[in-house]
Amino acid sequence: MNVKLHLNKKYVVVITGLIIIGVMTSEKRGYFSPGYGATTDTGKWPKSFGFGSTASPQDIVKLDIDVRPDGKGLPAGAGDAAQGKAIYVVKCAACHGATGLETPGIKLMGPALVSDTAAASKPKTIGNYWPYATTLFDYMRRTMPYTQPGSLTDNEVYSLTAFLLSANKIIRPETVLNAQNLWQIEMPAKKLFIVDDRKGGPEVK
Amino acid sequence: MEQSENNSAGKIIEKKISRRTLLGGAMAAAILPVTSSFAKYIQVGVPAIDDPTKKLGIPPGKLGKRSPFESPVRKASDISSRSPLQDFYSTITPSDLHFERHHAGIPNIAPDKYELLIHGMVERPMKFSLNDLKRFPSLTRTCFLECAGNFRTGKEAMTPQDILGLTSQSEWTGVMLSTLLREVGVNPKATWFLAEGGDASVMTRSIPLKKGIDDAFIAYGQNGEAIRPEQGYPARLLLPGWEGNTNVKWLRRIEISDQPYFTREETSKYTYPVKGKIRMFSFEMDARSIITFPSYPQKVERGWIEIRGIAWTGRGKIVQVDISTDAGKTWNAARLQEPVLDKAHTYFRYLWQWNGDETEILSRAVDETGYVQPTISQLVAARGNDLGGYHMNPVTSWQIKRDGSVLFKPENYK
Repeated sequence: MNVKLHLNKKYVVVITGLIIIGVMTSEKRGYFSPGYGATTDTGKWPKSFGFGSTASPQDIVKLDIDVRPDGKGLPAGAGDAAQGKAIYVVKCAACHGATGLETPGIKLMGPALVSDTAAASKPKTIGNYWPYATTLFDYMRRTMPYTQPGSLTDNEVYSLTAFLLSANKIIRPETVLNAQNLWQIEMPAKKLFIVDDRKGGPEVK
Repeated sequence: MEQSENNSAGKIIEKKISRRTLLGGAMAAAILPVTSSFAKYIQVGVPAIDDPTKKLGIPPGKLGKRSPFESPVRKASDISSRSPLQDFYSTITPSDLHFERHHAGIPNIAPDKYELLIHGMVERPMKFSLNDLKRFPSLTRTCFLECAGNFRTGKEAMTPQDILGLTSQSEWTGVMLSTLLREVGVNPKATWFLAEGGDASVMTRSIPLKKGIDDAFIAYGQNGEAIRPEQGYPARLLLPGWEGNTNVKWLRRIEISDQPYFTREETSKYTYPVKGKIRMFSFEMDARSIITFPSYPQKVERGWIEIRGIAWTGRGKIVQVDISTDAGKTWNAARLQEPVLDKAHTYFRYLWQWNGDETEILSRAVDETGYVQPTISQLVAARGNDLGGYHMNPVTSWQIKRDGSVLFKPENYK
């Protein structure tokens, strides 16, 4: 289309201009100097402003609850699917249904959690859409159950993780999960995930 | 529909008038027709004052309030509420009409209890009180926020609020994250950071450190006052141009790392199918636009119409908005309201003389990278039939009927 061709020329000018401005500002600013909107202050920034205080190891432990795919952050404790099922019935089934499977015609409060592990199957569940088992542990521990967020013990979270992975046929029912083996579970959906490749510009992605 | 329309043409709304409004007004009330924003025509019960110059007005008060003739409201569901885009004349969203999206409700955080912890791959882990944050050199920046799942379609009776109400814009004030990172001393091997909220979802997202250094900031001010609870009081992360979910509210912790954490919100949510694969870490919001006037359920008259709307991009500035008044056959550039800001809603206007024939009107945003807002079919071609619900930014169209009624044009793509 004519409009597009005409526009493209203009962009070249605009983009070139921006690159020049970008280079100029990055030279002036550097990474850790006054940022957006800075003009002229009466003095240079000190090495430190002296605001805030050092966080103690206790301060950090209190909040640092995340679990990474390499297992960093997994706590002591253990659990298996049988224990997990008992907890599930009491604390999870009200929102996610008795089995965690989608029940046609019934709209539950929480999403379905169990399905087969085929990539194209619906609904999206732990079996077909979750790339890391550590995410399951991290998420349940930080915010489940919905009405009593953060109330599960580490053993309960290990047990529930084992139950849900077993129900999705990713681990055997007798597997006892702990900090050593949970992060090593290969999730079926992991191979599907790709990092965003959109970069702006004329191409629609 | 969660609630009834309050701006349907011709619909009579009995508006409750408070005792205070009546102070100084006549005691008798009558039904008066009033013209509100654009083509809205509503009837409101107001005190009968034939001549306001002959009656003492109400005295000054502690808090201002809207005219009793204006009642813009959000539309709320269990998990979000949508901004009434059709009621705005410009691009700053009144704070009480800013869209909401949260995962476990709005927490009530006392400012004197608030702390932000920064730790991980740093020389010195630190905690900052709200007061500490406010002492650092500050900045003010206007930018949009938009939920990554901001697009609804499916029927003709949809307002801009129904279609795209999960975007809003504020003037934010806070401290650059880079200013705080300078204090803690970031390990040069670090590449990512985790941002964590202090609400009941304790929501987490992994963010490339480059964004944290480039233009991320921690906001405690919104439109000149303290940030609203729904927007993250007392402090939140602001990542200009990036999907709403990454702008973690009620920010309590930042952990510097050399890898992402693959949290629930960046794996099982906020990802979408692209030709058999699942795209993740899809941060920037691509360019898009919507005509907010005329729109459903307004009605237009033959003659001059100023078409109005907003356009925005997470990749910089909007450079052009094209308007079509013949269902996409020809396009002409709209006027952009200056100043056009980086990663911000940009108001556009286009004067059109409607001859009374049935037609469709469309807008198409172009950003400074040369990206042109795509059609649904372009998105299908790029991503496949199973599009999912995130990062959908198609050109949308309003049908103008012969009687002047305006209807959304839903496009089937599933």
